[in-house]
Amino acid sequence: MIDYLSILLYVQIGLASVCLYRIIKGPTIPDRMVGIDIFGILVVGICAIISVQTGKSFILDIGIAWIILSFIGTLTLAKYLTGKKLNQ
Amino acid sequence: MKTVSLIFITIGILFNLLGCIGIIRLPDTYNRLQAATKCVTLGCCSILLGVCFHFGFSDAALKALVAIPILFFSSTTAAHALIRGTYHFGVKLGKKSVKDDYREAVK
Repeated sequence: MIDYLSILLYVQIGLASVCLYRIIKGPTIPDRMVGIDIFGILVVGICAIISVQTGKSFILDIGIAWIILSFIGTLTLAKYLTGKKLNQ
Repeated sequence: MKTVSLIFITIGILFNLLGCIGIIRLPDTYNRLQAATKCVTLGCCSILLGVCFHFGFSDAALKALVAIPILFFSSTTAAHALIRGTYHFGVKLGKKSVKDDYREAVK
């Protein structure tokens, strides 16, 4: 059973590195931001599968913190793209 | 219960696979963001639900259950703000796109 879970973990890590391809090769700046956003969501899945595999629950805390930091970062970058100040 | 959790995690990884195929293959920034955000959000929510089934009644299951609405609302809001910023930044639509309703709404 644990081997099947390891296969799922490797597949998820591979999907996260597919997003790195889009971050490196994206033709425009918003393409790279899309890659960063999707990468942040996929890392949460990696944290969840590792917490099942090791049986420790503090790794889910890392996942929740990663969600919130990725959300704030993406909102800031989107505000930068519109060309306005941060308090407008 | 372990089998149910493995089934949920497998379904989530299949959705993530579809989203990552979309982020590689689709021709346009808007198409990429639309495909990837929907599929990857649903896939990671399914993975967290599988984790919640795996741990049963414990603190880890509560953490996974709390993480689901945070992920759902924050990722969709971030995608909406990002695609609005992309439009104002001036990225053109793809060659096969035929209709642009947002341009008339902005005027």
